[in-house]
Amino acid sequence: MDPVVADRIETLLRDAFPDAGVLHVEDRTGGGDHFQVTVTSARFDGLSLLDQHRLVNEALAEPLRDGTIHELRIKTRGTAI
Amino acid sequence: MSELHDRIKDVIENEPVALFMKGTPQFVMCGNSDRALRALREAGAPVTAVDILPDPAIRQELSELSGWPTIPQVFVKGELVGGADIVEELERSGELEQTLTERLGDNYWEARGEKTVSLA
Repeated sequence: MDPVVADRIETLLRDAFPDAGVLHVEDRTGGGDHFQVTVTSARFDGLSLLDQHRLVNEALAEPLRDGTIHELRIKTRGTAI
Repeated sequence: MSELHDRIKDVIENEPVALFMKGTPQFVMCGNSDRALRALREAGAPVTAVDILPDPAIRQELSELSGWPTIPQVFVKGELVGGADIVEELERSGELEQTLTERLGDNYWEARGEKTVSLA
């Protein structure tokens, strides 16, 4: 278990989505490399699901590139009803 | 441009539905690849699968082409639809069938089934 990685992911997401209402990082396996992230932000408003996920991927580009994140599941929501 | 780059591009542009995955439909090596495959099956899509595991260069070239960092990646008619989460969510909402119909025609499901293309 490596809580440091989850914290790093959360920090990167906080920086990218400072307005996030919901921001949750779950270590799915306890192994510190399979994560589920949930983010609700106005930045997603009006964007396609593809572009919403692109923003999350961009925020986590570094840990994705260096292999820190082995598997990532993303759940995004805008704030507009 | 490498030869591999061109072959990946060729699959994306010429296969109705391209699924870049870990493993093959017969032997899936990753949970997310499995989720994407299941969603495509559920929607009755004709799937052309490419296993990215045999050569790390496939994944590297693919992500450069698509701008998408993770595997799986699903393309319909040359356009990126998304990874496992998106494809699954679109399948649940009915939008995946809609996209398939729009891009491949009303009877797309008549060609449903799976084939595998090897790039290694």
